[in-house]
Amino acid sequence: MVEEVRDKNIFEIKDFNVYYGSFLAVKRVNLNVETHKITAIIGPSGCGKSTLLRALNRMNDLIINSWVEGQVLFKGIDIYQKDTDVIELRKRVGMVFQKPNPFPSSVYENVAYGPKIRRIKKKSQLDEIVENALVRADLWKEVKDKLNESGMSLSGGQMQRLCIARSLAQEPEVLLFDEPTSALDPISTANIENLLQELRKTITIVIVTHNMQQAARVSDLTAFMYIGELIEFGNTDTIFVNPQNKLTEEYITGRFG
Amino acid sequence: MAVFDEELKALREMVLKLCSMVECAIRDSVNSLVERNADLAKEVIKRDHMINALDVKVDEECIRLIALRQPVAKDLRFITTAMKITTDLERMGDLAVNIAERAIELNEEHLFKPYVNIPLMAEITQGMVRDSIDAFVRGCTNIPYDVINKDDEVDDLTVKNFNELLEYMIRDPKIIPIAIKRTYVAKYLERIADHATNIAEMVIYMCKGKIIRHMESPGP
Repeated sequence: MVEEVRDKNIFEIKDFNVYYGSFLAVKRVNLNVETHKITAIIGPSGCGKSTLLRALNRMNDLIINSWVEGQVLFKGIDIYQKDTDVIELRKRVGMVFQKPNPFPSSVYENVAYGPKIRRIKKKSQLDEIVENALVRADLWKEVKDKLNESGMSLSGGQMQRLCIARSLAQEPEVLLFDEPTSALDPISTANIENLLQELRKTITIVIVTHNMQQAARVSDLTAFMYIGELIEFGNTDTIFVNPQNKLTEEYITGRFG
Repeated sequence: MAVFDEELKALREMVLKLCSMVECAIRDSVNSLVERNADLAKEVIKRDHMINALDVKVDEECIRLIALRQPVAKDLRFITTAMKITTDLERMGDLAVNIAERAIELNEEHLFKPYVNIPLMAEITQGMVRDSIDAFVRGCTNIPYDVINKDDEVDDLTVKNFNELLEYMIRDPKIIPIAIKRTYVAKYLERIADHATNIAEMVIYMCKGKIIRHMESPGP
């Protein structure tokens, strides 16, 4: 029974608090992230949604004074245990940020960077990984003839897909997206959204977005947070057609506060 | 008040206006029959184009709001309900025209039996429409579960009306053409009550977010 729940939920977040110093940014959150689903986290600025997202691969460790209480189980194992290999965790749970942040190197090197760190040296193997990741990120056709050009020379949408390819080269099981399209035009946004639908067949996705229509379009499940608390969590269609909580309704219908 | 809220208010008022026009059409069509007033019947037929025009206007406004405002949650349920119930209201207007047409024909024939069931059906039906729309306009303070039960009363009266007329027809076959037209009128009212039930069901959906159509016991 417990195993079945673990197969269904790649993450189980239990009574989870995140503090920045004495400030409680995420308050007693209980949430399960279902495997091979897209979970969207929405809420006003400062509600703790990005903090919660970053807690899933311990990116908050990089913030001085941040500390946590409670548990985040990744496939049944608490990632906040002392002996957790955080580098390995971030390989399995990758992250794509709001602003595309390719390394100042070639398209090829951007994608091959992770595998090289993993000590994959054989050129043919690296070529295969790079091509495969770029194909999965729906970028291969556009960059196959300019693999040696700088990653920074691509358009905004292409750079974001390059960052996704860079994450995919690590063969992650989960990808965390923090406002991945807020700096992109509608066409690039649509490309990324279509890509998310493709990726969810093989990996689990958690996305933080300010764009509620985007949450409605791309996600299977939606979590609404407010002042650090998880107010409502459910199927996206229920949240956007018939939310059960008045705060959720006020937020998504634009009548907040 | 935000612009979108103003727009929703204006839509609500348009639906309310359409409803009162339809209610008026039902009342006048039945009165034209009971009072044998052909002029009033012609008036109902003449006014129908206004109902049709407002139905189109409400639909256009709903489509515009969906396209421009991308409504969700209660706003989405409100707008889709407005779209659906205006279709029912427009059909009710057409049925009132049908009643008026029969009234013009029947008013030229002798009254072999006073109208008893039909005014009663009309009264219940108008109440059903009013109660459904009240909940729509007032934002779910009074959810119209009763309307669905009242539909059964109208159905029973339709059967009663038919059986009574059947007795008259058996006794005097010469009145069959007139009596059949009277059964038509009852049938039109029965259909109006069905549309009112549809409206109540949609309003319950709007309020509760739950579709109760085709359910055995649609209680609260």
